[in-house]
Amino acid sequence: MKTKMKMSKKERRDNIAGFLFSLPCILGFIFFAALPMAVSLIMSFSNYSIIKESNFVGLENYIRLFSGLDIYFYKSLFVTILYVALSVPSSLIFAFSIATLLNQNVKGKGIFRTVFYLPSIIPVVAMSAIWMWIFNPDVGLANSILKQLGMPTNMWLSSEDTVIPTLVFMNLWTTGSTMVIFLAGMQDVPRQLLEAVDIDGGGGWKKMRHVIIPLMTPTIFYNLVMGIINGFQVFTQAYVTTQGGPNNASLFYVYYLYREAFSFMRMGNSCSIAWILFMIIMILTIILFKYQKKWVYYGGE
Amino acid sequence: MAKVKRVMGKLLTYTILIMGSLFCIVPLLWMVRSSVMTSVEIFMIPPKLLPDKLMISNYNDVFRVLPFFRYYRNSIIIAGLSVLGTAITSSLCAYGLSRIRWKGRNVIFACIMGSMMLPFAVTLIPTFLMWRTLRITDSFIPLIAPAWFGGGAFYIFLLRQFYLGIPRDFDEAAFIDGANHLEVFTRIVMPITKPALAVVSLFSFLNIWNDFLGPLVYLNSEEKYTVALGLQLFSGVYRAEWHLMMAAACLVLIPVIIVFAFGQRYLIEGITMSGVKG
Repeated sequence: MKTKMKMSKKERRDNIAGFLFSLPCILGFIFFAALPMAVSLIMSFSNYSIIKESNFVGLENYIRLFSGLDIYFYKSLFVTILYVALSVPSSLIFAFSIATLLNQNVKGKGIFRTVFYLPSIIPVVAMSAIWMWIFNPDVGLANSILKQLGMPTNMWLSSEDTVIPTLVFMNLWTTGSTMVIFLAGMQDVPRQLLEAVDIDGGGGWKKMRHVIIPLMTPTIFYNLVMGIINGFQVFTQAYVTTQGGPNNASLFYVYYLYREAFSFMRMGNSCSIAWILFMIIMILTIILFKYQKKWVYYGGE
Repeated sequence: MAKVKRVMGKLLTYTILIMGSLFCIVPLLWMVRSSVMTSVEIFMIPPKLLPDKLMISNYNDVFRVLPFFRYYRNSIIIAGLSVLGTAITSSLCAYGLSRIRWKGRNVIFACIMGSMMLPFAVTLIPTFLMWRTLRITDSFIPLIAPAWFGGGAFYIFLLRQFYLGIPRDFDEAAFIDGANHLEVFTRIVMPITKPALAVVSLFSFLNIWNDFLGPLVYLNSEEKYTVALGLQLFSGVYRAEWHLMMAAACLVLIPVIIVFAFGQRYLIEGITMSGVKG
């Protein structure tokens, strides 16, 4: 009886202590996630603006956005989907390939890893400035090299056709952290499995196809999901390098949202835009999680 | 034959790795090289690889046209207070969510993990309006405050992973000696997870230093700008003066490079944890 009393006293104390320790993040969750989220949803049904009177308008924002009356909505959606469709696979393949090469017995592995990782910590503003200078159509390094090689030069960020591919290319520069994740995953691949392939007379390709890639699928899946989530939220590159131009060819979704909210002060409408983004990301993530059973291998299952 | 094939393979591996490294490093070298050239040299065609004379004075010019020292000061205040807040509150929360059994713990943890999925675009406008209603926009507070409320789900998750790895016997022994949770936290858990705290501090420093949207939304007066915003302002005004632009970009980068040089090991460890065990 006495021990039971003591237990419940300890339990009560733990309940209080646990709550108090976690209080900062509970408050943080309420004030910086849950409440803003709820307010944002409510606002998305209004024409709220800080410069004029506002009313509830029901689904009007959503209807106008989907009707295509605001031509920028579909434009920005298209631009962003194009960017995600190009940048996610290219960066995954690039990071995976580099990790594969580094995972072999190469000399100077640590130095290579450092060099490949370094660009991913560069502030996006600085990164954008550097690449704008390199891709300067008149005197930039990129065109100078092309000219030296006798190849046609390019307008890069200044042309409607090449601005997205150029941004995708710039994104490759910052895949160092993805590469580090892949490399760490590869180092966890059990040696016996690789040796088993050796015994069976299989070469590097067989190891890749039958051991490394299957065991890496959870890591690939993680990077795929994160890549898509982050890709849809690109903002700074667009803001700094092109301001959405030329001719809205790089009007990224979040940049469009920012412009609606802070240039045109249409806060209600931009909350609708944000919620559509949220839904897109949610649906994509759910689909990815549903289909992961088909190709993602989790050990021990 | 097999040997030839292997040598060729090695050759190909190193060639690709070196090409890739050049791709990563040349833009940075190009930035440094451009930042110490004259405005004439920088526009020469074909481009000169190195300047005739190091124009260190470009950096003076940057400081003359824009108050970069002030921007540094602002960025350091914001980053310093944010790192401090993140380190304290995220480790407290991680402790509460991993080493104390209490009612509602799993629900809270699930909520916090779920909030990682929430795009910042959804919360941006209501949060902005909240600070505006409190009349504290155009100050550092909206940029620093979130750090003092857990600092972000990612950091809590990362620290929690570390804390879960500590054997329970450690705290059981301390509890028998009459210690309470705060003592266990400060005397046992914190000291053995210093590297983890270093990981979190470094990431939060880099994130705050690199943040652009936050300062862009919240800071209006130029004297409150951060270095990231300062660089953007610079590029708006001196769009054609690439030598000065590159000098300014270097100035934004220097603290990041210093942090990288000292903390690379921790950064890589942190990324590895997030990706592999996540």
